[in-house]
Amino acid sequence: MDTASQVPLLSMQGIDKSFGGVPALTGASLEVAPAEVMALIGQNGAGKSTMIKILNGAVASDGGAITFAGAPWTANSPQAAQRGGISTIFQEINLIAFRSVTENIYLGREIKSRFGFLDWRAMHEGARGLLARFDVFVDVREPLMNFSTAIRQMVAIARAVSFEARLVIMDEPTSSLDEAEVQILFQTIRQLKAQGVAVVFVSHKLDELYAVCDRVTIMRDGRTVAVANMADMGKLQLVAAMLGRDLAEIRKAGSTAFGEGGQAIGGELLATSGLAVGRRVQSADIAVRSGEIVGLAGLLGSGRSETARAVFGAEPHRAGEVRFAGRKADFASPREAIAAGLGFCTEDRKIDGIVPEMSVRENMTLALLPALARSGIVDEARQAEIVKRFITEIGIKCSSPEQKIRELSGGNQQKVLLARWLCMDPKLLILDEPTRGIDVGAKAEIQRLIRSFAERGLGVLMISSELEEIVEGADRVFVLREGRTVEEFDKDQISESALMNAMAHGGDADATSPKGAAFV
Amino acid sequence: MTSIATFRGATREFRFPQGLGVVLLLLALVAFGGWRYEGFLGSYNVLSVLRYSSMFALVSLGMCFVIMTGGIDLSVGSVAALGSVVSAMLSPYGLLPGLAGGLLVGAAAGAINGLIITRLKILPFIATLAVMLAASGTALLLAGNQSVSVSYETAFMTLGQGDLLAPLRPEWIDAEDANWFAGPLGLLFGFPTPAWIALAAYVLGAIVMRWRAFGRHVLAVGGGEEAALLMGLPVGRTVFIVYLISGSLAGLAGVILAAQFGAGQPVEGAGWELFAIASVVVGGTLLTGGKGSIVATLAGSLLLGLIYTILNFENGMGWISLSAYWQSVVRGAFLLVVVIVQASFMKNTKS
Ligand SMILES: Nc1ncnc2c1ncn2[C@@H]1O[C@H](COP(=O)(O)OP(=O)(O)OP(=O)(O)O)[C@@H](O)[C@H]1O
Ligand SMILES: [Mg+2]
Repeated sequence: MDTASQVPLLSMQGIDKSFGGVPALTGASLEVAPAEVMALIGQNGAGKSTMIKILNGAVASDGGAITFAGAPWTANSPQAAQRGGISTIFQEINLIAFRSVTENIYLGREIKSRFGFLDWRAMHEGARGLLARFDVFVDVREPLMNFSTAIRQMVAIARAVSFEARLVIMDEPTSSLDEAEVQILFQTIRQLKAQGVAVVFVSHKLDELYAVCDRVTIMRDGRTVAVANMADMGKLQLVAAMLGRDLAEIRKAGSTAFGEGGQAIGGELLATSGLAVGRRVQSADIAVRSGEIVGLAGLLGSGRSETARAVFGAEPHRAGEVRFAGRKADFASPREAIAAGLGFCTEDRKIDGIVPEMSVRENMTLALLPALARSGIVDEARQAEIVKRFITEIGIKCSSPEQKIRELSGGNQQKVLLARWLCMDPKLLILDEPTRGIDVGAKAEIQRLIRSFAERGLGVLMISSELEEIVEGADRVFVLREGRTVEEFDKDQISESALMNAMAHGGDADATSPKGAAFV
Repeated sequence: MTSIATFRGATREFRFPQGLGVVLLLLALVAFGGWRYEGFLGSYNVLSVLRYSSMFALVSLGMCFVIMTGGIDLSVGSVAALGSVVSAMLSPYGLLPGLAGGLLVGAAAGAINGLIITRLKILPFIATLAVMLAASGTALLLAGNQSVSVSYETAFMTLGQGDLLAPLRPEWIDAEDANWFAGPLGLLFGFPTPAWIALAAYVLGAIVMRWRAFGRHVLAVGGGEEAALLMGLPVGRTVFIVYLISGSLAGLAGVILAAQFGAGQPVEGAGWELFAIASVVVGGTLLTGGKGSIVATLAGSLLLGLIYTILNFENGMGWISLSAYWQSVVRGAFLLVVVIVQASFMKNTKS
């Protein structure tokens, strides 16, 4: 069936928007048919989130026309949009962690009995029913913070649906999910579609799109450059359209950009033995040599981040030992670790990373300041030079180094954070999900950058939920499962199936069971 | 198709019920006092502790609402002082005018707090600090820098000194050969009027928190203002009402203060806000908002009051003699211990 020929449910035409004179959208358009799953893709800063914010009323457009369900669309706030039938699930899930699942679904339109008293029974039942539509069965009275990110997302979707939404927008919903959770989300999206709800799905993981999307809208530099049936577009074609480059050029480059990595690997830089951290990590043994990219793989909750944080001195360890550059190095604080030559790019940029009100320049050189200062005075010329170099080297899209970082698109914020550590010239850099929420073009640049720094002798410890990234990028991989190092792979042994098997079954007696069984 | 029932999600572990700790501690302290001091559990002592504590319990209740939204109300002490002066001045006209006067002046102060915070977007700390100074000044101005006597002609005094059910008290309770339930009945009929008022306020507060949408909105706003806004909750209105409640309860506490001590006290109330904050925190309510308990706040404020009583009894035993200053130090240390214990419980139950 050709969905495009139907009367569209949503039509946005000629949308303009500029922020302080800098155009973010110029004549962008988006059309969605009823019960259609539309992918919306584009590089970081292409204007996807801005488009969505205009649609749900969070931001006012400068020009253009929007019709929804046959009538002009005038929502001027996310709440109004919700009432009108368009619900948005934001890039950062906007729910209240302390409150129960039921409350998070019903807050704002509680079910009341006579005299305005809350009818908890009806609400719990309703919440259970809504979640059951997506095969989620949990204790709805528990606070939301007791649940995994996937469940939280499902709750957000249940809330969206309970508003009788006809269009649900998801802005990078999969960026913090592991593969099993992504499958569950996709099932949810298919169910939404079956129930007649249309979905706009924003993601940088192109492979995912084929699993659920009917059509794709591609944006570049604030314009809509292509709309096509998903089945008619190969992955490379998508990339070419996003980046505005030739297909042949893209084809040559391969899907990740770590390259060959034939560099000389040096002596041992970091080694842990029997590291135990908090409740999760029991016995982690990992090692990194200089000039080497080491992947740390494992399912969500296997203790990867905790291990990394313990190495960095951000969390105390109960037992075991950390050695760095040949010496015992139980860093008591990140400050000590940084002084010794470690860097740590955290996975959650919103919480641990950026200072939203500060400029790109300030954010980038935050950790570098002590080194830049001579008797308390910052060498501004050198600072400016470093900032300029990294902005061009990594391709950070900003109007100037003085732009506030919160005005940057999500992916560009991530790049600034990465630059913050790279410009420190560390000996060992720990990267926790370095390319989460980053578009394919920038991802390649970042991967190439990591490789080039490794070639200059930097040791890299990389945590990633994207197996492809580890398989192609790492020289060596350690697999953690339930807080233990269960397997170590050398470059020539690394394959996706071997990793998946180790992640799911490593350390078990029957470690030979079929690959990836834990993902279903 | 696999269901997600077994999917990693709710980790069912033992969780320390919020507020249970402070209630247990309160009971332990009562038991300790009863064991160590003669007359500690006697109805005279119990009832006078309750009478005295009711004012503090009322301001703590208001503070609890405010803190659950993630705010703070520093003005409660001086608003209570202002309430006591106004109600004392109105007491010659009768119980109701006195009561209404104190309540209304408290509500007005709360409304001003709420408006400054929600409309002018001034931080609660600053806004309520300003109102605290203004209310204190107004109280001194009205009272001419001295305490204002309460009229003994009207029933106003009973708001502080009366026992609500005293007129119904059967005579046989006080007879020599009364049976076993004379004791509990004695407590009931001797229950001070201000304690009834505080009890009613707490019951009402607990019902609102559990069964009214407003109560849930209070916690939602404290748990994430941005998220609450995006959910379409009336954030501004909720915050405003919370300060209105806090101000009104502070005014009411002022009425009881005047009625109990026979005078409007323009310089009383200093430090009440700290007592109230302490009660709320001891009750396990998060200062950052989003999580809290009304019942535990009541227990917290009784607990802090009880420590004071115990120190007095200890002084009375004659072994040690603690000055009022030392009592403050002891209370502070105790508060610190409770907060540290709470924090470690929170940590254990979280991860
Ligand atoms: N509030 C703002 N003030 C100034 N500029 C802004 C603001 N919001 C967005 N922009 C700019 O508008 C452009 C588009 O940003 P947008 O967030 O829509 O990108 P995106 O496609 O969602 O990118 P990403 O994939 O990284 O999330 C960017 O150049 C960004 O810097
Ligand atoms: Mg975005």
